[in-house]
Amino acid sequence: MPEIKVTPLGAGQDVGRSCILVSIGGKNIMLDCGMHMGYNDDRRFPDFSYITQNGRLTEFLDCVIISHFHLDHCGALPYMSEMVGYDGPIYMTHPTKAICPILLEDFRKITVDKKGETNFFTSQMIKDCMKKVVPLNLHQTVQVDDELEIKAYYAGHVLGAAMVQIKVGSESVVYTGDYNMTPDRHLGAAWIDKCRPDILISESTYATTIRDSKRCRERDFLKKVHETVERGGKVLIPVFALGRAQELCILLETFWERMNLKAPIYFSTGLTEKANHYYKLFITWTNQKIRKTFVQRNMFEFKHIKAFDRSYADNPGPMVVFATPGMLHAGQSLQIFKKWAGNEKNMIKEDIAAITMYIVIMPGYCVQGTVGHKLLSGQKKLEMEGRTTLEVKLQVEYMSFSAHADAKGIMQLIRMAEPRNVMLVHGEAKKMEFLKDKIEQEFRPLPDPKKPRTMHGTLIMKDSSLRLVSPEQALKELDLNEHQLRFTCRVQLQDPYSDTDTLSRVYNHLKSVLKGYTVQHLPDGTVMVESIVLKVSSSAEDPNTKVVLLSWSYQDEDLGSFLSSLLRKGLPP
Amino acid sequence: YTSHLRIEQHPHEEVPAKKLRLTKPSKSAALHVDLCKASSPTDALQYLLQFARKPVEADSVEGVVRILLEHYYKETDSSVRLKIASLLGLLSKTQGFTPDCIVDDVINTLNSERSHQVLAQLLDTLLVIGTQVPESLNMRHRLIDVACKHLTDTYFGVRNKCLQLFGCLGSVDKPLPRESEGGGTGMAAKDVQSIISDYFGDQDPRVRTAAIKAMLQLHERGMKLQQIIYNQACKLLSDDYEQVRSAAVQMVWVLSQLYPESIVPIPSSNEKIRLVDDSFGKICHMVSDGSWVVRVQAAKLLGSMQQVSPHFLEQTLDKKLMSDLRRKRTAHERAKELYSSGEFSSGRKWADDAPKEKVDTTAVNLIDSGACGAFVHGLEDEMYEVRIAAVEALCALAQSSPSFAEKCLDFLVDMFNDEIEEVRLQSIHVLRQISTHITLREDQLDTVLAVLEDSSRDIREALHELLCYTNVSTKECIQLALLELLKNLTKYPTDRNSVWKCLKFLGSRHPTLVLPIVPELLSTHPYFDTPEPDMDDPAYIAVLVLVFNAAKSCPTMTALFSDHTFRHYAYLRDSLSHLVPPLRLPGRKLTSAPEASGLASSVESAQNFLKESLTRVCSVQQLDAPGAQSLLEFTIRDLQRLGELQTELAGTADFCATYLHCQLLLMKALQDKLWSVAVPLYLKQNAMVSGAAAQVLEETYKLEFLYSGLESRQIASIHHVRLQAKALQLVLLARTRRGVEPLLSACEKFLHEVDAFQRLFVTELPHFQDSFVDKLLDIMPRLAGSKPADLVKILQTTLRHSCFPQLKLPEQIRRATAAIIEPTGESDNPLRFTSGLVVALDVDATLEHVQDPQTTVKVQVLYPDGQSHVIQPKPADFRKPGPGRHRLITQVYLSHSAWTEPCQIDVKLLLAYSSSTSRSLGPRSAWNESTEGPTPLESTIEGTIPLSKPVKVFIMPKPARR
Repeated sequence: MPEIKVTPLGAGQDVGRSCILVSIGGKNIMLDCGMHMGYNDDRRFPDFSYITQNGRLTEFLDCVIISHFHLDHCGALPYMSEMVGYDGPIYMTHPTKAICPILLEDFRKITVDKKGETNFFTSQMIKDCMKKVVPLNLHQTVQVDDELEIKAYYAGHVLGAAMVQIKVGSESVVYTGDYNMTPDRHLGAAWIDKCRPDILISESTYATTIRDSKRCRERDFLKKVHETVERGGKVLIPVFALGRAQELCILLETFWERMNLKAPIYFSTGLTEKANHYYKLFITWTNQKIRKTFVQRNMFEFKHIKAFDRSYADNPGPMVVFATPGMLHAGQSLQIFKKWAGNEKNMIKEDIAAITMYIVIMPGYCVQGTVGHKLLSGQKKLEMEGRTTLEVKLQVEYMSFSAHADAKGIMQLIRMAEPRNVMLVHGEAKKMEFLKDKIEQEFRPLPDPKKPRTMHGTLIMKDSSLRLVSPEQALKELDLNEHQLRFTCRVQLQDPYSDTDTLSRVYNHLKSVLKGYTVQHLPDGTVMVESIVLKVSSSAEDPNTKVVLLSWSYQDEDLGSFLSSLLRKGLPP
Repeated sequence: YTSHLRIEQHPHEEVPAKKLRLTKPSKSAALHVDLCKASSPTDALQYLLQFARKPVEADSVEGVVRILLEHYYKETDSSVRLKIASLLGLLSKTQGFTPDCIVDDVINTLNSERSHQVLAQLLDTLLVIGTQVPESLNMRHRLIDVACKHLTDTYFGVRNKCLQLFGCLGSVDKPLPRESEGGGTGMAAKDVQSIISDYFGDQDPRVRTAAIKAMLQLHERGMKLQQIIYNQACKLLSDDYEQVRSAAVQMVWVLSQLYPESIVPIPSSNEKIRLVDDSFGKICHMVSDGSWVVRVQAAKLLGSMQQVSPHFLEQTLDKKLMSDLRRKRTAHERAKELYSSGEFSSGRKWADDAPKEKVDTTAVNLIDSGACGAFVHGLEDEMYEVRIAAVEALCALAQSSPSFAEKCLDFLVDMFNDEIEEVRLQSIHVLRQISTHITLREDQLDTVLAVLEDSSRDIREALHELLCYTNVSTKECIQLALLELLKNLTKYPTDRNSVWKCLKFLGSRHPTLVLPIVPELLSTHPYFDTPEPDMDDPAYIAVLVLVFNAAKSCPTMTALFSDHTFRHYAYLRDSLSHLVPPLRLPGRKLTSAPEASGLASSVESAQNFLKESLTRVCSVQQLDAPGAQSLLEFTIRDLQRLGELQTELAGTADFCATYLHCQLLLMKALQDKLWSVAVPLYLKQNAMVSGAAAQVLEETYKLEFLYSGLESRQIASIHHVRLQAKALQLVLLARTRRGVEPLLSACEKFLHEVDAFQRLFVTELPHFQDSFVDKLLDIMPRLAGSKPADLVKILQTTLRHSCFPQLKLPEQIRRATAAIIEPTGESDNPLRFTSGLVVALDVDATLEHVQDPQTTVKVQVLYPDGQSHVIQPKPADFRKPGPGRHRLITQVYLSHSAWTEPCQIDVKLLLAYSSSTSRSLGPRSAWNESTEGPTPLESTIEGTIPLSKPVKVFIMPKPARR
């Protein structure tokens, strides 16, 4: 029986910081090495010390494979290779190799130059790290060493995204990275052959979603933009610099071309230009349409989309602006948003129709706490820094253009690859549970992934051997008596009734409060709540003051302290 | 050393060998010599390859085969044997050679052959032989036996070929008596299928594919496939290899067409469904296959499965319907609830994808629900080939099921937004085809109309065409459509005609919806006079076209018109009569009076009139010359007028008029009294007559090639007239020319033509009683021997004393017409370009009833200096918007040396014809039966007929700057 061990260091049952260790046939492979966007401390990188204490990783890892250039899949790469120390090969596809350093450099600039953090990787480290990268081609089988071979498949998620098949002897694992089963305007659909791996490690971002047809989405989007522009309105589309931005650009560009529209489209400059250059080069990684027409015209050479300048925001007339970042939490997109949301009142004077003239279209996911998230949850008044409030009068639209496979897509991939086992990562635990049930119905039961759980155990050191056993067994083996730790506590109550009456009153009260617990009135004048014992006795000085004696064991500490505080509040009349 | 020498000598030797090739044994002998000479297998192979390039006569095949076989037995190299085997196959295809005789030899060689490749090739040869003699049962049995023997071969190619043999030669189940009579055939038939199906599980995917293909071949040859193989075929759908899956999809489809109603059980449950539904689900499943070839095939096949139950069909459009469709029959209600409660989120709203409470999980099934969402996937596919196939399948299914048409509407409308124009165009066409079943809602119309802004002309015009056939539901829709069309008009003024036409149909389809918005459209006001709109504004004309066409079937509408509207009506009715229908207007009875009678009856009366005039013309012979002439003149005039009035009969009337005009010309030329007078005095007369003859010739070509719907009888009549005209020319030649030489050849040519006529129209000759040609044929033997002078004399008298045959009309004759829409010829701005370089002129023209325009229609450019260029447009420039109609949108390149002044050139369309490619198929086939070999006599005559009015274009080539 082959033993394949999969340990997620990140993005096991959440999104961000993707990093998965796979041990297969004696080889150790790291799949992705991402960072978490939500943290600014040590938690943003995977915990590499899990692998090896303070040493270098080179001895332990046979290779590292990066699926695509998104930072939550490659953000920790320089940290791992240069700061923790790894000299082995890093595999990624050509486009990923080209674009990944741009994003890493941008990320470094923001963290170090803007936020002023120290102890972060430097530009030189990024360069050194990229020197260790070995590029991969699609469907090319690369022999990492004599036994380990890897092969990349098209994943569709972003330019250069790949799924990898890892094979040692007769055992194999497929890691999907992020993938998309529905083709879009610039990328094709993920594809894999019937390779029948032992485990398919699949992302499950949209485990509970089956999306509408993409044409509905595109049509809605184009219609909204077109209508607004035609009425002379302005459209702001906050996007992330790479990935969906290109998709929407192509969508609008071709629409403008088809419909002969003249309104300007702007794109806030920055790293996009550099990245766009690579999009133009890696035509083979795009979809059928772009591949077939690029001889006449490269679709990424936009005719209608121009670079944005800050001053353009005040220009009269219709315009469409793509601005980064996508969550409206900072930068140019927020600036433009503030400008337009605030200018609203002036515009109304000029033209009544201006109320609907501005729209914001949110094409993607927004993290809680950002302006984007607030807008999407329907807030009409936003608090800005400096205690100013911003009244939102413009229209806000949410349109999902995410390039992840939906539930049906995941199923389709499973059907294509026919794996023996499926492991879901990169998603929310609850949603995964749901999808897991579906997959089991469809195919066959899956083994439960091991989750970390707190358990009590006893470590026995005896005859120079170490064993982990349950406490009961340890007691028995060592022939020891079990000691019980009990807490007792007295609670004084003002209650004019007799002891027994008070006891039954306490009993009734507890019974009504503690639903779902066993509350017993024992004939020997005690009340038992689970294992907690309550006794009532009158105070010596004052018959109206009753003393309730509570006693609970160490294991029931939570319930016991709750009961004592409950009783201190008194009984209901 | 000697062998070297031989090879060197070889090219010299070959020359005499070639010369001798025509004599019988030489070919085989040469081959024999060559093969014997070959010192090494490579040489032999070279000789064989050279040999294969030349054809072999039927009678020398036998000898060649013998030599080949002889060499085969001796040959040790397998590649040479392979080539010989393939040559045997090639040779047995030779016409006139019966390959029975070599079967035995080939089978013998099979038994002794060791190489698997050669074995496969030999079996292929047997396959060729078997298909050459399909009648011989005996041979077939032998071949099948051979195939059975080699089926167990270890090499896949051999098994492939054996299966192919089964497929092509396995006995087809003939009707029952056959089977009972010879039990062997019945048995064989049964065996063949089970033998083939055994190989569905072969280890080699190529053999599996071959097995399925063989089965399909059996089906094609009319053998009824057994239902037992259905399960096997279904299993093959999940094969690892795409070629197998692709063949299996076809197999499943074939079975579903054979046994649509039989009931199959569902595995893992005790329910049963119809086979066609089951296979539909399975093929739907293949629409999301990993290989796009399979996806295209599956999508295409879906379109032809029209017997599928409606609720299976509807699931193809619903991705989210999670219930296992097998259960749906019993738990229909629950499934519906499930669908509406929506266990999955649609991803359209923000943050609604938290897992919801679980619905009964046993009923939920993500992918195995077969049909579920097949078309949604197909339409979203990455490859446009799949998308087009899906759109076409949708169309086919929607045409047979109105309720499905209604449902798939949204999806088709979405396809208008596809990234590839071809797909967009196709989906617009499809929507037009199913438009009879549907009524567009306002929001759908909105999406459809948004496409009007597309910059591609084809798309816009397809959409106009679609709007012509669309039903809409509310008056808002009409308003919306009008608004968008007007927007289109301002953005793309060249669409004028198309937009007007579209509004014409929109108006006449929805009179009641137009009625309430008329005041608004015409901007009339109950109290105030509004300013009169500009009559030349295309947008205003568009509105009027809509209103007038609606008013045609809605008499109350005219009450809403203001005075200037009536005036504009009169103007438009004259200038754009094809767009504005006749209206019954109050106080204008006169204009509407002739149209009062029903349309049908007027067509009938017109037809009667036509017939009457033709019979009247027949009596022409009895009349004296001036009377006959005037009768013809009047009839021609009547017919021309009739054609103008009755558009249905325009072609016929026009045809008759032209035909009679030819007769009139001939009559005039012949009946002249001056014919008998001495030669030198009548030069003028001669000029007149020769002009008439030339004109008649020209007209006959028009008659033959410009009109469609002619039968061979009419063509015979036309040829007859042409013959007369040629006879006239001959007579004229005799009178004007001195010297016998030219006359002699002309006579000979003429006699050939008469002969050709006789051969071409043998079946039609009885109709030509007493006509010119009849008389000529009577005296033909005499004519052939006579001198030219005598011949001319005979011709002259026959011409004058023969009557012309009555014209019998076919059902419908249509005249090919063409109109150049662009350039309009109105521009005063010359097109300037540097002389010596070229300038492209956009030409846009509509062609009606032109057959095969890609080869016949040409553009002629005539420069003022008399230079003319004829340009052949690219085949891709012709589009076919509707039956009988074509559209030519092309670019014509102009060039000329420098001019001092801008000047106009003529651009017109020509119809090229050539008598050899005459489209009169009837007589040609008749002639094919009667004679053999090519016609040496009939000289092909090529020429062109002007098809459209010339359009003037102002151009100015400037001298090049130095």
